[in-house]
Amino acid sequence: MSNNKPLGQALREQGVSRRGFLKFCATTASLMALPPSMVPAIAKALESARRPSVIWLSFQECTGCTESLTRSHAPTLEGLIFDNISLDYHHTLQAASGDAAEAAREAAMEENKGNYLLVVDGSIPLGNPGYSTIAGISNLEMLKEVAEHAAAIIAVGTCAAYGGLPHANPNPTGAVSVEEIIKDKPIVNVPGCPPIPVVITGVLAHFLTFGKLPELDHLGRPLAFYGNNIHDRCYRRPFYDKGLFANTFDDEGARKGWCLFKLGCKGPVTYNACATIKWNDGTSFPIEAGHGCLGCSEPNFWDMGGFYNALSESTMNLSRTAAVGIAVGAAAGTASGLLNRRKKSKAEAAHETVSVKDLQREDKS
Amino acid sequence: MNSAEFLLWVRGPGLNIALVIFTIGMLIRLLEIFMLGRKQNLAELRANGVSAGLRTIFTRSTPADKNSMRRSMFTFVAGYGFHIGLFVVIFLLTPHIQLIQSLLGFGWPALPTPVVDLFTVIALISLMALLWRRLTHPVVRYLSTPQDYLVWAATFLPLLTGYMSYHHLWFPYSWLLGVHILSVEFLLILFPFTKLTHAFTLFISRWYTGMMAGEKGVAS
Ligand code: SF4
Ligand code: SF4
Repeated sequence: MSNNKPLGQALREQGVSRRGFLKFCATTASLMALPPSMVPAIAKALESARRPSVIWLSFQECTGCTESLTRSHAPTLEGLIFDNISLDYHHTLQAASGDAAEAAREAAMEENKGNYLLVVDGSIPLGNPGYSTIAGISNLEMLKEVAEHAAAIIAVGTCAAYGGLPHANPNPTGAVSVEEIIKDKPIVNVPGCPPIPVVITGVLAHFLTFGKLPELDHLGRPLAFYGNNIHDRCYRRPFYDKGLFANTFDDEGARKGWCLFKLGCKGPVTYNACATIKWNDGTSFPIEAGHGCLGCSEPNFWDMGGFYNALSESTMNLSRTAAVGIAVGAAAGTASGLLNRRKKSKAEAAHETVSVKDLQREDKS
Repeated sequence: MNSAEFLLWVRGPGLNIALVIFTIGMLIRLLEIFMLGRKQNLAELRANGVSAGLRTIFTRSTPADKNSMRRSMFTFVAGYGFHIGLFVVIFLLTPHIQLIQSLLGFGWPALPTPVVDLFTVIALISLMALLWRRLTHPVVRYLSTPQDYLVWAATFLPLLTGYMSYHHLWFPYSWLLGVHILSVEFLLILFPFTKLTHAFTLFISRWYTGMMAGEKGVAS
């Protein structure tokens, strides 16, 4: 699949007009919060960029991320750019299989040593290397091998970025994220379950334009896409502020589109581009469809308490804890009270009556 | 530890630990008081103390005589501002009611968030004013112990961090929310061991005073 046509030419061959291409560059620029003056630079860089070699490793994952990125909607420029990277290895998408596939991976690694991008989806099991293998190679081994000569790593999806579903309590496979294993390479986390398609092409475009990875937040996510809080950008926010909430999914509040906080919306602690870029070609996003945000772009979102429990509720059973506290407290309080009473009656018993005589001064004698 | 792990801890184990310490501590405190027993009252009862006791619980919350109120207008206003603000914030904000509902199984209607927000500001300003007075008034300052400052901080922090979380001030919301919950846990843990217990014992002592006076046939 190695093909060294510049990206611009490849896109034109696919019937993408210059205008459409520039529009994509402008959108990308604005998505990444770059000034409009950057658009020509982006266009120029993308136009002449050689298709980067990309090796895509899928570990403990559900293929949802690949689905999201490749089949989200009718062909778009994001999709075409994605198609036009030189995807040298992706065991779900590539035609080759078995030894031939592994050979392709090794060839790509050799040919582009130090320059290829490594995209990972899925978490890596540390519990037992046999939990997840590809062609008999454990995930851990393959990740280390391919990461060694990668220019940069993009961890796609919450599993690769933070462990995701496999990492959920009690984490039977000992699943960890990419950044917990690879410490010496630039890593971009593109979390989401799945991530928004345009985010990954945005990161790719940034890499192609500037030759480096975009600016990241404290969780390793590109700030341009994950800098916004869902709750801050949510169109239901005025209802939250007014205190108008849906209590069930079919009550009056739900029909009127009131805030979903009580129904478990985790939007207030979630940073993602859903509320701004939206899904399915900008159609809508989950909260618009009437369901609270699950917080899928945040670490440990599976363990944030029930999906339908409000964010302010405990992740554990508080009532049980209170019951234990009350039982122990009642017992300890009663015991202490009884001890105090005993002390009191002992003191009463030991009390000697004092008469006036006892109090008389004896210095006269 | 990242913000998500921190938030997970404070919402789970942290909150549960604090709740256990709070319930056990407060129950020991209260049971010790109730089990102290009272000296037998040998005098003939002039009246039933129950209604007087109940009445006193409420009447002591209103400024009965204008004189003392005028004399300590500052404490009066700031004290009420703070306590009412705190009550509204704790019990009438939707996320808090949601938490209480998950604990007790029932809830009640909330106030609109901007209203609660206003009460938060009132409580915060009152608390700051009270601290300023504690630091500047020679007598109050002399009477203040380290515990007074500790308890002030423990009450101020949940209000401040809650206000900051709601307005998304300066730090990422996930961190702010985590710190807010942690500060509440700190308050819960301090509760049984400090003068904060007055939130409960106040009603016992008012009742007791009212009842004693009532049985003697005098106004409390
Ligand atoms: S629906 Fe969720 S994100 Fe939107 S305002 Fe309500 S709590 Fe915030
Ligand atoms: S709305 Fe929340 S849960 Fe849904 S995709 Fe966006 S970040 Fe994930």
